[in-house]
Amino acid sequence: MSAPGPLLEVAGLRTHFFTRSGVVKAVDDVSFALARGEVLGLVGESGSGKSITGYSIMGLVDPPGRIVAGSIRLSGRELVGLGHEEMRRLRGNRMAMVFQDPMMTLNPVMRIDRQMTETIRAHERVSAAAARARARAALVAVGIPSPDERLASYPHQFSGGMRQRVAIAIALLNRPDVVIADEPTTALDVTIQGQILHEMQKLTRDAGAALIWITHDLSVVAGLADRIAVMYAGRIVEHGRCADVLSQPAHPYTRGLLDSVPSRNPRGARLRQIPGMTPSLAALPEGCAFRERCPRAGPACAQAPAMQESGGRGVRCHDPLAAVAATAGP
Amino acid sequence: MSAASAGVAPRADPARAAPLVELRSISRRFVKPVDVAGRIANAFGAGVREEVVHAVDRVSIAVQPGEVVGLVGESGCGKSTLGRLAVGLLAPTGGERMWRGEALDAMPRERRRAAQLRMQMIFQDPYASLNPRMRVVDIVGEAPVVHGMITPRQKVEYVGLQLNRVGLDPTLMRRFPHQFSGGQRARIGIARALAVKPEFLVCDESVAALDVSIQAQVLNLFMDLRAALDLTYLFISHDLGVVRHISDRVVIMYLGRVVESGPTEALFGDPAHPYTRALLAGVGSVEPRKRSFAPVRGEIPSPLAPPPGCHFHPRCPHAVARCREEAPVLTEIAPGRAAACWLVEPSPGGRRS
Ligand SMILES: Nc1ncnc2c1ncn2[C@@H]1O[C@H](COP(=O)(O)OP(=O)(O)OP(=O)(O)O)[C@@H](O)[C@H]1O
Ligand SMILES: Nc1ncnc2c1ncn2[C@@H]1O[C@H](COP(=O)(O)OP(=O)(O)OP(=O)(O)O)[C@@H](O)[C@H]1O
Ligand code: SF4
Ligand SMILES: [Mg+2]
Ligand SMILES: [Mg+2]
Repeated sequence: MSAPGPLLEVAGLRTHFFTRSGVVKAVDDVSFALARGEVLGLVGESGSGKSITGYSIMGLVDPPGRIVAGSIRLSGRELVGLGHEEMRRLRGNRMAMVFQDPMMTLNPVMRIDRQMTETIRAHERVSAAAARARARAALVAVGIPSPDERLASYPHQFSGGMRQRVAIAIALLNRPDVVIADEPTTALDVTIQGQILHEMQKLTRDAGAALIWITHDLSVVAGLADRIAVMYAGRIVEHGRCADVLSQPAHPYTRGLLDSVPSRNPRGARLRQIPGMTPSLAALPEGCAFRERCPRAGPACAQAPAMQESGGRGVRCHDPLAAVAATAGP
Repeated sequence: MSAASAGVAPRADPARAAPLVELRSISRRFVKPVDVAGRIANAFGAGVREEVVHAVDRVSIAVQPGEVVGLVGESGCGKSTLGRLAVGLLAPTGGERMWRGEALDAMPRERRRAAQLRMQMIFQDPYASLNPRMRVVDIVGEAPVVHGMITPRQKVEYVGLQLNRVGLDPTLMRRFPHQFSGGQRARIGIARALAVKPEFLVCDESVAALDVSIQAQVLNLFMDLRAALDLTYLFISHDLGVVRHISDRVVIMYLGRVVESGPTEALFGDPAHPYTRALLAGVGSVEPRKRSFAPVRGEIPSPLAPPPGCHFHPRCPHAVARCREEAPVLTEIAPGRAAACWLVEPSPGGRRS
């Protein structure tokens, strides 16, 4: 393989949940690609399928959910359809996910040192002492003081943000190529958050890792991501370079989101919010899923808009706010 | 009243009623006993000792009816612990807590239970706080039925209303928690707390998992409830934009202690404590500009072995010899404002105690 293709390539991914009350189309035709050293900010509506996109890549979707279509390639190798054992070997080694809920990573009845050294030794033959030293260093890197005492502690003895940092440390233990970080800094003050983001930037810059950063914190995305993808109701509705999308949102949903940021509203006044409610993913209406809430909706919107791509930027809207081609930079 | 608590509580104003909630020099320690491995090591003279965390160390806070007090601080500094103490979910190891001017821990059981129903906490970790085997309709509707606020027959309608308010589709109420996304779960926790119509609400990172539009909806709801029902909040958050938007006053903690407090605009406009300044300097903006993030300067002090003197001194760019030896006391620096730092000037009338 001489032509360096993307490190991770997701194409036409659909992950659905077959529940008794209907099919929940949690992820419905999601595509993106990620190069080495690149950071993709994945933002969007709560419940729009960001975490399930991450689970799908990691091969962690449980029944009644399943990937019904699409392809996920890691360095060109197809992951959809791989056996459990092969996926397990990739997880925690070449790919790692920091879960939105740190307790999905942490075992409540196991001491931290054991959880960390087992993660290392599951993929690598190293001595117990070497594994412990690496675990200790990983805690220091994420800003956990008194690492020796903390290694000997159980998860419930940590604060919310400390648990988050331990989960991050565990994800980075085996220096993965692809890291999917799902809301990893919600419980951290900005000074400690800066420390974590610094470590992440080091990982992408020095080790060439690719990063998917799922978050609602647009200021973190603004500072960290190269590109951004905005999800709504199971689909990416807009993507592009971070600077382009944040300064000139093309999709009306993205625009509504940016308008709701508290610092863009007068202090103490009612915050602007997008009117209406998220449609149920089990009973999406025909046409654009944002139609009922959109100030620009017209008759054309009764047909589902296709993704219009141009110059590295794309938008799924019949009447975008910014002409995508005009704003796309080199 | 000591100068410390006077700084945190608004200055005695006879026109104002007694605080709804007041914590007086409250403390909470966690002790981790020496485990088997440690005891064996000790038999060989290792000297392993039990670990003590002063999660909350003599903190005083008073919250007036209808007030929103923002609580901000480093991860692990004791905010969630303080929240649990405030609503009576955790016993203090020192100090007193008052509900409407009456000591909570001295109340007869029945009255205390009634008082505690009036105080609710929205937990930081919704997944751990939602029973995985209960359907949403029961998670949200059980307490209102048990406490006779609604009849069992009204439950479905009542829960539907509660879910709607936080932007959740009521048709999902027969689902279990694991069938929801992170932000949807957080909203189930919010709906559950609001369903019992509390007077005092501790919000622990309650909007952190929500996209900014739904966050706006929930914050607007909080403000509406405050205006309509005088609902009073202790609002714990790392999002300074949110805290600034909704709080009347802000309290900043560092490693178990209050380091600064004051009216929101005064504090954000002119932060006094070096930790507060570091926080405000670290706030990013939504303006798309790639940043190079910096690691924490100095050494992050540990709650397991807090440094002597000012807890912030290992990270403080201004620390002098005194900071390493003596802990600064919370001192009034302006009317309604207090800070605990040797380098801030006390206000003319203010004393260091
Ligand atoms: N086990 C399940 N059964 C049915 N529906 C599910 C299940 N798990 C998730 N969903 C639904 O799939 C959708 C996508 O969920 P996902 O967790 O990916 O959202 P998200 O974008 O990460 O949201 P958030 O920002 O709130 O975390 C949600 O609407 C959720 O209700
Ligand atoms: N049950 C417990 N046993 C032992 N130590 C505990 C326990 N609960 C909390 N602690 C310790 O108390 C300190 C304060 O924890 P707390 O959860 O109150 O912090 P926090 O300010 O809410 O942090 P975060 O912003 O990360 O949620 C931490 O050092 C934590 O490790
Ligand atoms: S397609 Fe139509 S309804 Fe959808 S976002 Fe664009 S203008 Fe609005
Ligand atoms: Mg999620
Ligand atoms: Mg906490």
